[in-house]
Amino acid sequence: MKRPHDRVMAGGGLFLPFLILFATALSAAAQPVIIGSKKFTESYVLGEIAKRKLTDGGIPAEHRQGMGGTIILWEALRGGQIDIYPEYTGTITQEILKSDQQLGIQQIENALGKIGIGMTEPLGFNNTYALVMRRDRAEQLGIRAISDLQKHPELRIGLTHEFLDRRDGWRPLAMEYQLNPRSVIGIDHALGYAALQNGSIDVKDAYSTDAKIAEFNLVALKDDRKFFPRYDSVFLFRSSLPISAIAALRKLEETIDEEKMIRLNAEAESTKNYARAANLYFEHGAGSTITFVGESLAHKLARWTLRHLELAGFSLLLSVLIGIPLGIFASRGGATGHVILGFTGIVQTIPSLALLALLVPLPFFGISARTAVAALFLYGLLPIVRNTATGLQDIAQPIRDSAIALGLEPGARLHKIYLPIASRSILGGIKTSAVITVGTATLAALIGAGGLGEPILSGLNLNDHATILQGAIPAAVLALVVQWFFDFLDRVLIPKGLRL
Amino acid sequence: MSALVQLIGVAKQYADTPALHPTNLSIERGKTTVLIGPSGCGKSTLLRLVIRLIEPDTGNIYFDGTQITLDNIDMLRRRIGYVIQEGGLFPHLTARANILLMARHLGKSESETKPRLSELCELTRFSENLLPRYPVELSGGQRQRVSLMRALMLSPELLLLDEPLGALDPLVRASLQKDLKEIFARLHQTALLVTHDLAEAAYLSDEIVLMNEGRIVQQGSIVDLREKPASNFVSEFINAQRTLALA
Repeated sequence: MKRPHDRVMAGGGLFLPFLILFATALSAAAQPVIIGSKKFTESYVLGEIAKRKLTDGGIPAEHRQGMGGTIILWEALRGGQIDIYPEYTGTITQEILKSDQQLGIQQIENALGKIGIGMTEPLGFNNTYALVMRRDRAEQLGIRAISDLQKHPELRIGLTHEFLDRRDGWRPLAMEYQLNPRSVIGIDHALGYAALQNGSIDVKDAYSTDAKIAEFNLVALKDDRKFFPRYDSVFLFRSSLPISAIAALRKLEETIDEEKMIRLNAEAESTKNYARAANLYFEHGAGSTITFVGESLAHKLARWTLRHLELAGFSLLLSVLIGIPLGIFASRGGATGHVILGFTGIVQTIPSLALLALLVPLPFFGISARTAVAALFLYGLLPIVRNTATGLQDIAQPIRDSAIALGLEPGARLHKIYLPIASRSILGGIKTSAVITVGTATLAALIGAGGLGEPILSGLNLNDHATILQGAIPAAVLALVVQWFFDFLDRVLIPKGLRL
Repeated sequence: MSALVQLIGVAKQYADTPALHPTNLSIERGKTTVLIGPSGCGKSTLLRLVIRLIEPDTGNIYFDGTQITLDNIDMLRRRIGYVIQEGGLFPHLTARANILLMARHLGKSESETKPRLSELCELTRFSENLLPRYPVELSGGQRQRVSLMRALMLSPELLLLDEPLGALDPLVRASLQKDLKEIFARLHQTALLVTHDLAEAAYLSDEIVLMNEGRIVQQGSIVDLREKPASNFVSEFINAQRTLALA
């Protein structure tokens, strides 16, 4: 699962600019085709199918599961962080090409071709948006079509954040159907089904091939005004891909109909195993007899944990290397000190999710472990900077006077006297920062950087508590272990005279 | 040329309050000069100006004929010992490491520092067994002896002491006063000591400098101050402390 530049992180270099050059150079070297997918079951399954198809054709491929929403995947494709991802024609028209009209397949292909992106023919199913309700509730109220919602403004609507903001999403839909419900909230897609089940919401958005429609006994309301455009499933790919890879991908065209896709989705959700669902496609489609051997839980846990420690450890190292000098500057007060403390303080107030989202569009970052490390590094700064500054400021005047009067040069005063005396406070800052970083690193999975956030995210996606706990428990244990480790470091690093 | 330190027109002001009016003063070699006066008279300010813990607003200070500037101050500080109330010992270092800090920093060898350390322990009557202890593990009096050893380690030409015995209880204080007097005599040490205690000043000093409100009021021996007071303030200051002692 590792891309070459990830190895740099494990090594833990000291010099950031050098490291960046090194990472960039490595990324440019030959590497497997990278397939991305969005954060929902069907996209995961299609990603796995593409991976299997390429691998079977002798082309090395990797699948980065559930990287995020449309914009993140599209930017990653354009930026070259991924080479292929599954998309829908309606989404391309509305969200990517920002067209107000429905475009034909040929028009879309032409428009994308101009920016170096290719598109396969449709895979064979139309996964349009739908509004769904529990069957019993819909029958009780006599609702069959979206226009029937007009008469029931009391119904609570829970929509995915993406649907709320899409150009073909909630706002134009509500305008078209003249809906004016009293309550509309944003909710994660998988959590939304649970909310629908327990009655916290009455209506949500869904995809028409969603396995949960059958599983939870829901009804898709009829789009009686034909508001939703067609969402034919296709793969987008970089035109610069080798012809052999494109040819392998094109073999998937017109091979999956709606019924089949619902079955694959259901398989993925019941077995919690996307690769197995993808294999189902090949068993029926190509008569392949390969059986999928799943990765053992212990192996997965080890992989997630190691990755998590790499992300947290590397960003903590950066926070320490940069935070302590910043704290020393800040301890001298004045305008610079205020700017440093102000900046690190403001960073801390940005929600971590928003910080990730802000970094993704920047040139060097994108969808990569770099972005996760950068965000975690920024988060880890404040406790270290602040504790270094206050630790130094709290040193009593007579001690300072003595150090100066001895004739120690400023640098020697800092290293021999001030920093050792402030060491307890500085280590305290590093400890806080380490715990924050280990906790926040779970969010790295949102941008495909892996770690213990991966099972949490897919568990959330599958509405499967056991999978969530596979990530949440090790993450909590890790935070405790980090705490103990630093308590131990306290005893080793803080001079004895300060502990008596 | 017997003056080791010379202040010429040195003045210091904090915000709008003058701490030291323009002042001239010579510190004689081999003598113990005591700065005395009520709180806020400028005696500590004067001492801190000599070692440049504070910058003078005007005037110049000369050490051994060299004008003290920001460029040469760290070199000159190594020729000056400095002892303050409560010692100012570094809490993360043992007594030994505190004393040897500067010698080690300057790359002096163990063969040089070891005999010097034994000599200082003997001089300050400090048990060598206590050298591995940290400051928090020592009594107030012991800490001041360590602080004194640290100041004397590099055989400074000038020793500055800012209320060195101010925080000690009377018995410890009396014994340290006696030891200080002996040490100064044995080393022929040039010393500048700040105190507010007239008895301590009389006991330790060769020369007393009495200050009030940022000015030197009178300079001379304790006998001069008693017999030939330069102003009413001098008489009052001396009588106040004597009355208190008799009462």
